[in-house]
Amino acid sequence: MKRIILALTLLLPSFAFAAGGGMKLMDAGTDLSDYASLQNGAKLYVNYCAGCHSLEYMRYNRIGQDLHLTDEQVKENLMFSGGKIGDTMTIAMRADDAEKWFGKAPPDLSVIARSRGVDWLYTYLMTFYVDESRSTGMNNLVFKDVGMPHVLWELQGLKKAVHHDDGHGHETVELEYIDSADAAKEAEYRRTVRDLVNFLDYVGEPAKMQRYDLGWKVIAFLFFFLIVAFIMKKDFWRDVH
Amino acid sequence: MGLATATRDWIDARFPMTKMWDDHLAKYYAPKNFNFWYYFGSLALLVLVIQIVTGIFLTMNYKPDANLAFASVEYIMRDVEWGWLIRYMHSTGASFFFVVVYLHMFRALMYGSYRKPRELVWLIGMLIYFALMAEAFMGYLLPWGQMSYWGAQVIISLFGAIPYVGDAITLWIRGDYVIADATLNRFFSLHVIAVPFVLAALAVVHIIALHEVGSNNPDGVEIKKNKDENGIPKDGIPFHPYYSVKDIVGVIFFLIIFSLVVFYAPEMYGYFLEPPNFVPADPMTTPEHIAPVWYFTPFYAILRAIPDKLGGVIAMGLAVGILFLLPWLDRSPVKSIRYKGMLSKIALFLFIISFIALGVLGVLPAEGIYVLLARIFTAIYFLFFLLMPIYTKLESTKPVPERVTM
Repeated sequence: MKRIILALTLLLPSFAFAAGGGMKLMDAGTDLSDYASLQNGAKLYVNYCAGCHSLEYMRYNRIGQDLHLTDEQVKENLMFSGGKIGDTMTIAMRADDAEKWFGKAPPDLSVIARSRGVDWLYTYLMTFYVDESRSTGMNNLVFKDVGMPHVLWELQGLKKAVHHDDGHGHETVELEYIDSADAAKEAEYRRTVRDLVNFLDYVGEPAKMQRYDLGWKVIAFLFFFLIVAFIMKKDFWRDVH
Repeated sequence: MGLATATRDWIDARFPMTKMWDDHLAKYYAPKNFNFWYYFGSLALLVLVIQIVTGIFLTMNYKPDANLAFASVEYIMRDVEWGWLIRYMHSTGASFFFVVVYLHMFRALMYGSYRKPRELVWLIGMLIYFALMAEAFMGYLLPWGQMSYWGAQVIISLFGAIPYVGDAITLWIRGDYVIADATLNRFFSLHVIAVPFVLAALAVVHIIALHEVGSNNPDGVEIKKNKDENGIPKDGIPFHPYYSVKDIVGVIFFLIIFSLVVFYAPEMYGYFLEPPNFVPADPMTTPEHIAPVWYFTPFYAILRAIPDKLGGVIAMGLAVGILFLLPWLDRSPVKSIRYKGMLSKIALFLFIISFIALGVLGVLPAEGIYVLLARIFTAIYFLFFLLMPIYTKLESTKPVPERVTM
């Protein structure tokens, strides 16, 4: 796993380093076989994210099929503005308006988990902190000067950045709750973010559900075929010395 | 006379069907001592077929339009029946094509398969490798992600280093002042028609040339020198059924490895499908670190190792070009590494190490110690070829046996 992370960081310097200042990413701990988590993530997404971020390549009914929800459940819990069950998850906000309001149009998040990685998304949503110099009043540890406000602040509580200096010119930044009572919400907030990131991981590649399931069957068949082919080869080659 | 025989005879009177079957399969005598390294020829053919078949189905659903391309790939991944499988087979197939071809070429290096009388087999193979690089490069633009766009931008701009006509050539290749819809359209056309056509034709020519001179083997012994009373090489066995049944084992083993990647690691941790390529192409935003896909990184490292842009481009061109000269650089009296001296063995070992090291360095940013390392390994890469006429002549070789060893 360490080598995988190393490989990813080697390939992702533009994101991991430029945006994160070399900060070590947290482990998202997502699990695509946890349907309760995925369903909760979908609900969180439509409640907190879908106002600004579209999922242009994701269809509502596909979510229902993959996450074990009926069309009625999808309509009731995930579709607030009507539309057809086979629609993709677009937004009403116009791109040029969005650019005026936020400085940059909020990106479509259909494949965000594939470009950023789940650990980055998890760390990003965990590391918002108060920064009065920003127009949103918030900044982020892995995405410096991000235009997005901390939409989940009510669930997490507000944090402030505390700078530590080890005396050798090496500075580290840690986030602390401004109101220490919010620390009680920490575990719950981690679960919330994990569910949301889990859902985005699924959205990034719905076929993952199928390919994990199909792969071992294909490979098992090939193994059986390999044995047959090997016996056949041995038989044909008996007279070659 | 049965219907099948009658049909065969009817065709044979009009087309050399049985003759071709015999010449290339049933009565093509291959050395009986092929080892593990001899699987990669048939596997390369298998991957070519996989790429063509999956490519046909992708073409049915892909849209070569700068505004639609990225979305159409996601459409294939989500809404097309089995689209994700077809796409992953194609993207994984591209990388496996290079894995197989690099191992196939390494085999030729080890056993001297490029030596007389197989110089043309080697040259045609090198043309296939060259066409394959062009095919892969143009295919990588089609998903129209950030790495597609900027990778192509970097490679095409290399032509700009050519004195006087450089800028005109880059403009001519792109069909626009930047990489744009016109570039995407022409790359699509070249990727799905022109280059595959050339690749398939060259593959046929490669096999015809090989069958004319006969296959080499791990001992580098010419089996045609020892024939029995019927004119059949004593160490030869008919390709079919012996090697057809053996290659089936190789094919299935390959498909198991291939399936592991397709189903469980299609991105190969960012090496087969790079994460930034899931961001749509944006001419206004340059990714901070642009790395080509792994199979080009050895040459990319050589390009960056040279401090001068034109010099780097020339070095990169020579790194591929010098391989064409291999049959005339090797002056050893023996073909196979088994009977060559210690110098050749050390040289080949250092060459492989430097090729792999350059591949790793091509992924890393060109800074600090990496630049120095890239220069050292670039020097070793070229010295392997440039000194070959000397060390292959200088060393003492072992006696080659009369017959192949099993």
